[in-house]
Amino acid sequence: MIVFLTVFFVASLLIPALGKRWGTRVFPVIALVPAAAFVYTLTLGPSVLAGGAVVEELPWIPMLDLSLLFRMDALAWVLSLVVTGVGALVLLYCRRYFTDTEPGLGRFAATLFAFAGTMFGLVTADDIMMMFIFWEITSVLSYLLIGHYTGRRESRGAALQALLVTTLGGLVMLIGVVMISVQAGSSSLSVILDSGLSGPATTAAVLLMLVGALSKSALVPFHFWLPAAMAAPTPVSAYLHAAAMVKAGIYLVARLAPEFSDVPGWHAVLVGFGAWTMLLGAWRSLRQYDLKLVLAYGTVSQLGFLTIVMSYGTPESAQAGLALLLAHALYKATLFLVVGIIDHDTGTRDWRQLSGLGKRAPVLATISAIAVASMAGLPPTLGFVAKESVFASLIEGAAAGDPAGWVALVGVTLGSVLTVAYSVRFFWGAFATRKRHVRCEVHHGPQSILLAPGVLAVLTLVLGFAAPVVDHMVTPYAETIGQTHEHLALWHGFTPALGLSALVIAVGLLLFRWRAGVARAQDRVPDTFDAARGYWKIITGIDRFAAKVTIFAQRGGLPQYVGTILSVFVLSVGAAACLGRVWPDSFRAWDYPVQPVIAIIMIVAALGAARARRRMAAVLLVGVTGFGLVALFAFHGAPDLALTQALVETITLVVFILVMRRLPARMYAEREPGKKVRRAIIASSVAVVTGAVGLIALGARQHAPITAEMPRLAYEGGHGRNIVNVMLVDIRAWDTMGEIAVLVVVATGIASLLFVRTRNVDLKRVPGARRSRLDRRAVPPDPHVSDAANRGPRQAWLIGGRTLTVSNRSLLIEVVVRLLFHPAIVVSIYLLFAGHNEPGGGFAGGLLAGLALVFRYLAAGKYELAEAVPIGPGKVLGTGLILAVGTAAGALVFGGEALQSAYFSTELPVLGYVSFGTSTIFDVGVYLVVVGLILDILRSLGAQIDTDQDNNDVGSSDEFTGSTKGAAR
Amino acid sequence: MTASLTLVILMAVLYGVGVYVMLERSLTRLLIGFLLVGNATNILIFLMSGEPGKPPLVGDDLSADGMADPLPQAFILTAIVINFGVTAFILALIYRSWWLARLGDQGDVLPDEHAGETEEQTEAVFRSVDDDDAAIQRALDESDEHADDDNDNSRAAAAASEKKRAKAAGRGQGTDTTGDEK
Repeated sequence: MIVFLTVFFVASLLIPALGKRWGTRVFPVIALVPAAAFVYTLTLGPSVLAGGAVVEELPWIPMLDLSLLFRMDALAWVLSLVVTGVGALVLLYCRRYFTDTEPGLGRFAATLFAFAGTMFGLVTADDIMMMFIFWEITSVLSYLLIGHYTGRRESRGAALQALLVTTLGGLVMLIGVVMISVQAGSSSLSVILDSGLSGPATTAAVLLMLVGALSKSALVPFHFWLPAAMAAPTPVSAYLHAAAMVKAGIYLVARLAPEFSDVPGWHAVLVGFGAWTMLLGAWRSLRQYDLKLVLAYGTVSQLGFLTIVMSYGTPESAQAGLALLLAHALYKATLFLVVGIIDHDTGTRDWRQLSGLGKRAPVLATISAIAVASMAGLPPTLGFVAKESVFASLIEGAAAGDPAGWVALVGVTLGSVLTVAYSVRFFWGAFATRKRHVRCEVHHGPQSILLAPGVLAVLTLVLGFAAPVVDHMVTPYAETIGQTHEHLALWHGFTPALGLSALVIAVGLLLFRWRAGVARAQDRVPDTFDAARGYWKIITGIDRFAAKVTIFAQRGGLPQYVGTILSVFVLSVGAAACLGRVWPDSFRAWDYPVQPVIAIIMIVAALGAARARRRMAAVLLVGVTGFGLVALFAFHGAPDLALTQALVETITLVVFILVMRRLPARMYAEREPGKKVRRAIIASSVAVVTGAVGLIALGARQHAPITAEMPRLAYEGGHGRNIVNVMLVDIRAWDTMGEIAVLVVVATGIASLLFVRTRNVDLKRVPGARRSRLDRRAVPPDPHVSDAANRGPRQAWLIGGRTLTVSNRSLLIEVVVRLLFHPAIVVSIYLLFAGHNEPGGGFAGGLLAGLALVFRYLAAGKYELAEAVPIGPGKVLGTGLILAVGTAAGALVFGGEALQSAYFSTELPVLGYVSFGTSTIFDVGVYLVVVGLILDILRSLGAQIDTDQDNNDVGSSDEFTGSTKGAAR
Repeated sequence: MTASLTLVILMAVLYGVGVYVMLERSLTRLLIGFLLVGNATNILIFLMSGEPGKPPLVGDDLSADGMADPLPQAFILTAIVINFGVTAFILALIYRSWWLARLGDQGDVLPDEHAGETEEQTEAVFRSVDDDDAAIQRALDESDEHADDDNDNSRAAAAASEKKRAKAAGRGQGTDTTGDEK
């Protein structure tokens, strides 16, 4: 089973490509897979029907006790035969139904194919969670299949309707599924059914699961999605809405019935809604002009019928129900396929436009006659055999005085009368010759399209005669409930059931005979309850309500949201702080005398930043608080932090200035006094709450800190003396891994905000610079500068400097940058490698290298940046990430934990004792990611904004296209 | 554990000022607030390391005596670099929104969302979905006839069917009938 599911899964990924190449010829090929699954299922028959079950298990998520557990028992076996057999035939039928020019053919083929696989998984899954997953997948796939004609409104609407209704049921069912698996202590269906659960909780769980079954099998009040789903291509209707998906609900009922049919409410819900559905569907089916809708409402009716019988819960009803399910799948799929052929040949499905089709297409008419006979329950078809045994089992139940039995019997009898009427009307509508109408045009397609419905019709007839075989197939399931003392047969003798059958057929035929009178009667019954309109009202109401909530809650923009978040923070954390307090043992005013001085400077700077109205002033003042932190870190004994913070603060300032140069100098100031007060209240309460949180957190630290163990861990485990660095690259390396991933995302985000069309833009280089790399004296002539002074060969300190205009150029800075760049890179590499034992590490090293690049750019512009790093930042970031992930995965290859480090140490002649670990490679990855981030920032916020500005200055009317042009260059 | 009041007060003030600035409508002010709150958060983590000490570099004796707590330091180091990345990202956002919204001299102040939204605009958002549902209803109604007219040339039936068709057409009005084959 698992092998087949894997084949289904893999093949459905490949089919879209095949569909493009092969056109409709892809269908017979892919039909082989469900056909093979059908044959495989058949071979399991002897052992399954002997009462055994074939079980396959593959552990999936052991922590959640979730495994791929599949179990083929008698019930699953019958359903597997239906879904794979009908699936294969429907796929075959698609070969002639579609043409090669059909849009989205590959997608359609893949979806329908995947659907067959999913149904196979659904009926064989023994893990109830797995079953639920398959259940939901069928909903999604049916959405895609119903919405196949993406251009049609009714197709899109119907797809969404089906999805919403079935997933609503699915969600309710999920609650039941979780409840019942918790009660049983296992998610295995067979264990749940064997554990003899009872009580109110079980009742609730079972009823919740039934909601899922009702919605999936289109029972009242969820029935309306099924007729709407007829907007799908006919093969989809034949398969999903007759043979497969709607049977999932019936399957669930059948699965639960042996154990839970005595749960309170079970019969009320299933027999009650089943009877209502059966009557409503048949009643509405009688008044349809569209042949496909006759079948659709007929399906609704039959699903109600199946639900009644399957849920009834006696061995005989189970036997009859399973036979009925088989019969329904065979005749309903046939009829849908027939309607598809009629639609194809004549161009209409409205029977008022049809006449004389029976004479023109005798084979088609014969096939339909068999299927219709089975639908109406006429002998000698399988439908008759099944209906006969249904009557027998229900008469027995009613005779025993069971009220549910009476409801079921009366409902089924009335429903069957109507079924006979609409069946005959369907056949008459499709094939009869009527005087009033002109004979319609018939264009016969290839006769091979008749193959699939023909096989199904033959089976309907053959299995009617071979009733003992069907009996052999369905009885093992029935015997999970109890001993059966009836057998399916064409002829039981003169029984009450036979009389009832005869009565039903006679009254049904009379109803058809008096169809004009019936139509007038139908006209007089008002539509008291129209679920489709109810659904429409509910959905519209929800949409409008959601819009109102959004408009109400999201008025006021970002400050409003942030204010709301912070108010919640103050209230919740503040309340917690008031309740659970552990204050620190003692307070001290300051740690060392300089501390308050630094703090006062920082506070003054922060207040100044809040008051400043000029962008630059505010940014510089915030920078002061940042450098204050550097001092605090340095005094505290945190050299790594001081170093990193100083580098970051410098680069932040530069980046700020790069962006701010384009924005107006003054910032907008909020003047409304009410808002100011509100802000002040929120701000001060946040300050008080965070202060309290800080104190309480300090007070809560009462146990000995882990610090005492750190030196040993770092030195013996991480082979490094700098504990902070060892923690970053070894002890807490996962943290760092997450962090560099964030940095890569941020870098990509920045680049995509500035370069609209592509990620890796090649910056323009100085013309000819590549050739003259070895000889900087021979600087090529620069086309951008026409100054006579710049002509002629002479030495340049920075090669890109010549691209700047004279007024923007500073020779002094160029010289300084030229002299400092290489030492800075060397120091950054030293920091990277020394970081394991001394202050430094990948972050600090990367930031320093980045800073060196920042100065190259500042001194000589975007051309210089391209000369300094000719490769794209994406490559730098990618290499860094690969190195880091590589060390994580590499350890796994050698059988260690992810990110476990290995060391190699040796005595070298000059350097002495050297220890080199995989954590160093990880740190190199960090270094590269940081450099890549800064490179991305410089190219986006630096070079690209330069380009924007240039384009703007030459008078580009459309700034946006200017920017994308720049990006494309 | 004892607490250094200076650091606690410093942290609370930075939080307060940061939040106050953050709640303005100018995106640059928001970013300045973000930086202040970021620094305040670093101090909050920093507080937890307790008293100052020697740098956390392991000596030969492998002892932690007098050493500053390295764990908060590792946290802060991560936080500093992430802060930097996010700051650069917000700057890119500011620039992009200023550029796209063509705010010009107005700077980086964005208008309120949904401020001028009306009932009709809301309706417009849902029109497409409503039309889809209406199309299904129409398709179902078309097939659903009250009088079963067939070859019996009954006038009453034909008339009823005609009436019904007119009614269906009337129902179709007011919705987008051209959208069926978009």
